[in-house]
Amino acid sequence: MSAPARVRLTYREALREAIRQALIADERVFLMGEDVGAYGGCFGVSKGLLEEFGEQRIRDTPLSESAFVGAGIGAAMGGMRPIVEVMTVNFCLLALDQIMNNAATIMHMSGGQFPIPLVIRMTTGAGRQVAAQHSHSLEGWLAHIPGLKLLAPASLADARGMLAPALADPNPVLIFEHGGLYNLEGELDADPGAVDIEHAAIVRPGVEVTLIAYGGTVRVAIAAAEELAGAGVQAEVIDLRVLRPLDDRTLLESVSRTHRAVVVDEGWRSGSLAAEISARIMERAFFELDAPVQRVCSAEVPMPYARQLEQAALPQPETVAAAARRALGIDG
Amino acid sequence: MSAAGRLAEADGRHLLHQMLRVRRFEERCVELYSATKIRGFLHLYIGEEAVAAGTMEAIGPKDTVVSTYREHGHALLRGVSAASIMAEMYGRVEGCSRGRGGSMHLFDAGTRFYGGNAIVGGGLPLAIGLALADKLRGLNRLTACFFGDGAVAEGEFHETMNLAALWQLPVLFLCENNLYAMGTELARHESQTDLALKASSYQMTAWSVDGMDVLSVREAARRAASEVRDGGRPCFLDLRTYRFRAHSMYDPELYRSKAEVERWRSHDPIPALTAQLQDAGLIDDAGVQQIERSVADEIDQAIAFAEAGTPEPVADLERFVYADAGKDAAR
Ligand SMILES: Cc1ncc(C[n+]2csc(CCOP(=O)(O)OP(=O)(O)O)c2C)c(N)n1
Ligand SMILES: [Mg+2]
Repeated sequence: MSAPARVRLTYREALREAIRQALIADERVFLMGEDVGAYGGCFGVSKGLLEEFGEQRIRDTPLSESAFVGAGIGAAMGGMRPIVEVMTVNFCLLALDQIMNNAATIMHMSGGQFPIPLVIRMTTGAGRQVAAQHSHSLEGWLAHIPGLKLLAPASLADARGMLAPALADPNPVLIFEHGGLYNLEGELDADPGAVDIEHAAIVRPGVEVTLIAYGGTVRVAIAAAEELAGAGVQAEVIDLRVLRPLDDRTLLESVSRTHRAVVVDEGWRSGSLAAEISARIMERAFFELDAPVQRVCSAEVPMPYARQLEQAALPQPETVAAAARRALGIDG
Repeated sequence: MSAAGRLAEADGRHLLHQMLRVRRFEERCVELYSATKIRGFLHLYIGEEAVAAGTMEAIGPKDTVVSTYREHGHALLRGVSAASIMAEMYGRVEGCSRGRGGSMHLFDAGTRFYGGNAIVGGGLPLAIGLALADKLRGLNRLTACFFGDGAVAEGEFHETMNLAALWQLPVLFLCENNLYAMGTELARHESQTDLALKASSYQMTAWSVDGMDVLSVREAARRAASEVRDGGRPCFLDLRTYRFRAHSMYDPELYRSKAEVERWRSHDPIPALTAQLQDAGLIDDAGVQQIERSVADEIDQAIAFAEAGTPEPVADLERFVYADAGKDAAR
């Protein structure tokens, strides 16, 4: 048997190919959002799709986040399988009413009569000096809401693979694409199989401390693990992948082996996903811990423009490594 | 009035100077962006200068300005210094927002410039609030609110129009209708493309203006401003203009043809006004050169100021998240 064909592509292209295949596979699927068509997508994800699939299925919307997200909910209830693109998580705040009060509740309020098979994609995260209205990581806020599922593809495989199972899921699924990942490049199988959207993944095995990250902070955690390896510390890195519902089992098993945990989160510390994960570890693996759970989050400040301030506000490999050393009781 | 009389009355040379300040400033910004001195998003106003130059003639020092992320021209012509704007884009403490905001978030209390707002439509509710405060405080001044055609599709626009008219608030709504919201053409984002008609359905006076002609903009803005001031009610201008450059520095401009851009470039407000002034004998080549030199000096000095600026120490990162007790921004 010959090895499967491999292709070299970017995270952006992996997302695009996932959308293409979804459009080909199911005629109920359509993409809508601001500038997804003629412009080619704010971040270039949907470039070329308008030409290939036409205006009915690649729908440019006006700047009307509440209306088109709500329309996505309605279309899902009406038998379609919409993929709604919101340019960034900051702009989804204009649609939060629809996401929270309709998408997340109608299934329950209707006593189980109306599932919402909707996918909403959006960009998240900082690092590009676009300041305090374009840079935040609000996944933690949205992960607060029962009825929603949240995915954070941090790898090419997940960028390519998560959309199909998200569309197959009968619930509203939010997919967060970190803005710093679009140009990530690597190789994938030309015809990759399905990925699951239930489990966290151990992306680097280790034994002394578990670094838990998601989305844009996975590479930060990996860089920290490399730095720690240089000092003889073997850190395990977990990519959460699924932000709601959380895969407690993978986290708890890892922490039960390493006995130490550092949670890395680009959200603000107070009320963050990192806080939730830390609490779960404390509740369910307290006696396995050799040190308090450490958190490395964004500084509690709206994101400043100036580069040195923005970098100081974000989790960095050095701060993650330092937190791991604190957990290990190593000075310096 | 004769063309020459109109030009003289409006101080055409001054308007030319103002437009050139914006144009040349932004041309230098492009170079500085390529040189990575300026980072983040940079939205250029090139092509739309007649709107800022004309409208600012109707807005007095006591009035209030609320703007968008395409606001270098608004800030500059409002009176925020070129130096503090440039320092802001360099991310320096000497910047008008201390380097915290960048290109999209220029703020300046001293000139009542209430911000570059990068949420489309985000400034509209703020503007009626500022006007409401003036009305409640018995202050006779207006709030000028700039926004793009794209904002007209947002719920915040419609909620704001309704409240402004319902409460008779002194707001001058200045819609910079450059025919595109990023890559989406007006007719592809609005069911009713006559934006003045749309605004008038909220029971406010509204009309469309040739936004490429600075004299027309100036006259319309003055008439609208006196409607707001004397009538104590909102007014709306649909200023038809065009952006010559890409939406931002990342835009490959797949959605419009080069020919279309060229057509609009032939209506460039700056050469148009220059020719009018020359025809009327109000300026000669030397006069234009003199303006260009003074503009170049101003920008050189702004860049030198920004280059000499101070990066804010990282230890100060968490400043300005909360105001100190007793601090009141109202002026
Ligand atoms: C609420 C919101 N949605 C989307 C965006 C992304 N975005 C930035 S500018 C823009 C187009 C706005 O067009 P318009 O209002 O016409 O202003 P112009 O850029 O043409 O000056 C879009 C979609 C945003 N900043 N805010
Ligand atoms: Mg526009």
